Amino acid sequence: MSIAALPAPRAGVLRGLSDFLLRRPGAYLALLLVPPLLWLGIIYLGSLFALLTNSFFSVDEFSGTIDYTLTLSSYGQLFQLANLDIVIRTVLMAAAVTLASAALAFPVAYYAARYAKGRMKAVFYLAVMMPLWSSYLVKVYAWKLILAKEGIVSWIADTLGVTVVLDGVLALPVVGGPSLSTSYIGTFLVFTYVWLPYMILPLQASLERVPGNLVEASEDLGAHPAQTFRHVILPLALPGMIAGSIFTFSLTLGDYIIPQIVGGSNLFIGQAVLIQQGTAGNIPLAAAFTVVPVAIMGLYLWGAKRTGAFDAL
Amino acid sequence: MRSDRASRPLKLAALGGLLFLHVPLLFVFLYAFTTEEKSYQFPPPGLTLKWFGVAFGRQDIWDAIGLSLRVAALATTVALVLGTLIAAALARRQFFGREAVSLLVILPIALPGIVTGIALRAAFNLMEIDYGLLTIILGHATFCIVVVYNNAVARFRRLSGSLVEASMDLGADGFQTFRYVILPNIATALLAGGMLAFALSFDEVIVTTFTAGQQSTLPIWMLSELVRPRQRPVTNVVAVFVILVTFLPILAAYYLTRDESGHK
Amino acid sequence: MTFAAPAVRFRAVTRHFGPVKAVDGVDLEIAPGEFFSMLGPSGSGKTTCLRLIAGFDQPSSGEIEIFGVASAGVPPYARAVNTVFQDYALFPHMNVLDNVAYGLMVRGVGKRERHAKAAEALALVKLGQHGDRKPVQLSGGQRQRVALARALVNQPRVLLLDEPLGALDLKLREEMQVELKALQRKLGTAFVFVTHDQGEALSMSDRVAVFNEGKIVQVGPPEEIYERPRTEFVARFVGGSNVLPAAVARGLGGPDAPCSLRPEAIALLTGPAPEGQAALSAVIEDAQYHGAARRLLVAVAGAALRLAVSIPAGEGGGLGPGQAVTLGIPLSALWPMEGAR
Repeated sequence: MSIAALPAPRAGVLRGLSDFLLRRPGAYLALLLVPPLLWLGIIYLGSLFALLTNSFFSVDEFSGTIDYTLTLSSYGQLFQLANLDIVIRTVLMAAAVTLASAALAFPVAYYAARYAKGRMKAVFYLAVMMPLWSSYLVKVYAWKLILAKEGIVSWIADTLGVTVVLDGVLALPVVGGPSLSTSYIGTFLVFTYVWLPYMILPLQASLERVPGNLVEASEDLGAHPAQTFRHVILPLALPGMIAGSIFTFSLTLGDYIIPQIVGGSNLFIGQAVLIQQGTAGNIPLAAAFTVVPVAIMGLYLWGAKRTGAFDAL
Repeated sequence: MRSDRASRPLKLAALGGLLFLHVPLLFVFLYAFTTEEKSYQFPPPGLTLKWFGVAFGRQDIWDAIGLSLRVAALATTVALVLGTLIAAALARRQFFGREAVSLLVILPIALPGIVTGIALRAAFNLMEIDYGLLTIILGHATFCIVVVYNNAVARFRRLSGSLVEASMDLGADGFQTFRYVILPNIATALLAGGMLAFALSFDEVIVTTFTAGQQSTLPIWMLSELVRPRQRPVTNVVAVFVILVTFLPILAAYYLTRDESGHK
Repeated sequence: MTFAAPAVRFRAVTRHFGPVKAVDGVDLEIAPGEFFSMLGPSGSGKTTCLRLIAGFDQPSSGEIEIFGVASAGVPPYARAVNTVFQDYALFPHMNVLDNVAYGLMVRGVGKRERHAKAAEALALVKLGQHGDRKPVQLSGGQRQRVALARALVNQPRVLLLDEPLGALDLKLREEMQVELKALQRKLGTAFVFVTHDQGEALSMSDRVAVFNEGKIVQVGPPEEIYERPRTEFVARFVGGSNVLPAAVARGLGGPDAPCSLRPEAIALLTGPAPEGQAALSAVIEDAQYHGAARRLLVAVAGAALRLAVSIPAGEGGGLGPGQAVTLGIPLSALWPMEGAR
């Protein structure tokens, strides 16, 4: 090898800055973190704080203007029967949607994680990813077409001659309604449909991490398939299921569009917020309403963290 | 005994799940061709191509698409910069407050969209900022950061730490190392994250409802058509367009990162 | 080498990670052109020392000089040292030639010149034909050579090698040992070679530093380390030597201190002990045939002591567990040691 001297390393402002940042890892970290933290801290946390502050104001009943003295009256209003009703309805719906999503998601996730190989695996992954990322409104819209009075479900029931069954379902108290698209059944179906991929993906991720030989070991030790499922697969899949439920629960709690387009006249939290801050002009009450899902999700996330669900995200 | 084949019920349930996810979208395509204008009658009484022409001639649709594209492009740009910075800071380093930062990144997507939306609205009112392009972008960029962050942090973690050390050892300073070693290795992850962020922004309606002024993004336009339908088949045509437009970046993002998703 | 500054000098260097002292008060001098090995079990501080020289890490206290220049605050890219990484750390997005030319590129050497030099360096490690391949297309041994060429092309004054042969299979490793040593002689560059393999360290090095618990316990030429271990740790880790407690050594007529005794120094006696040897009765617990040698594990009668004995494979063909033997221990082979660690 030739022994010609190498040129000196470059000098300049950038080199000087690089030297400085390497000598001070703290400064380097700050340089990385300051811009995003400014953004998220000021715009996002600042907004959340503004919202929280608003929830402690009240609206003067006569003038309709906001009274800037701190009070818990908006939170008091939450406990009025009509408003409490909205909160309970939304939480029940979120719970039902979460359970249904988990039940529907498990076979898909389990098959994809354990049996699908090579191309099949890619197909499964894309088949879940595409609906997840495709337009939310279009998905809701598709169900409007399906559930409408003159729509597809009615036509199928008619063709099969089971219109009686459909009418019977719609005649059920509470969950029924004039048509599927104006009933809780419809709302529930659309919620489940729209959030299902958010359950499948983390569930599949956690199932992927269950080694196949664990199932074999369980069988080898004499467990029935049902016992293997109960004692081996389910506990290991639980963090993924909880991670998925964070999405299905949170997304249902805050949604106001699905119940507006497919559903009855009873309100969900999201719709109440929209009405209070819009037509009713009661921003403090709207703010207090949004604190409900935040508080629920806070508890939920705290619990989920303790089960290690975040590793499956 | 190794059970390499799935049982029949499992297969059927998995297939059923996938059909449940996909069949409804097919109806949207069908309805774009229906001759029935006033209701969602099924089966369609007749098929026609005329709605594509009608939609093409509607200026309000073009305006909405234009605004959505501008918002998505700008929000994605902001999210790319901020998301990459956070990913670089969090990927390997341990520092005080690290957990809090990662929670802060996830929060805009973990909390219901309506919370983000009304919180931003409350803040904009307080600061007396006029609603418009800027306020929409501020909202969109906030929840797009996490998408870029997720993609970038996975790639940063996969990038062997000794590569950076090797580069510096060979005489490259921090900036040269970024340009010649780090950037080429994270580029596809950033591209994928950017595409997903773009798709997310292009489709977003809940936050946008609160942060938009009089202008309509495409999803806002669609929402108003869903609530008060004017020409239903035109909405169908736009829905088909949205499906196709979001399909491509998602497919591209998948192929850019597929070696990371566990498919060998 | 008293007239020139040492290639690397450590003065009371310590590196803490929280309460853990990874490197604990190390003093060290490596001469220019020397093949210097840092030998020790994992976690003994040898790799941390290497990273301190490279500049990836900074000492908590103490000073490091490279060719007489204090290195505190000097970033890795401004040091006249290069590293061959344990996992090679080849840039996956560049082909082999661009990997090797990288150091020249970031210094602003023109494309034609740096490619010519990189090709030269590749020829030096016998990979002249592989310049246009990507690292993933190479075998482990080839990647190792690329990493070597990539470091050497920058003409470092000190080359740091972090367990560079650890990932290779036995045959390849032995070949590379010979090549590395030949290359080092040819270039005259100081090599600092980190390894946990005592055979590797002994066969290649001019001097070896044995690390234990963040400290250097002994430094010297391979023969000295092997034959005259300073502590019981060195005796066991480097030579697989037997350690006799002071009482046993004294009883045999040797020094009144713990002594090391290499397995191959022990003989099997059939008659009385010759001049200068002490006889010791023992019972065989295990006998293994190793091709070139036969290794016995024996329990010494009347003392809770087991000894490893290595005899030429041609001898003791009929020996097996349970048999009583008489060991001949040359008193000159009893080497007194200073302490345990």
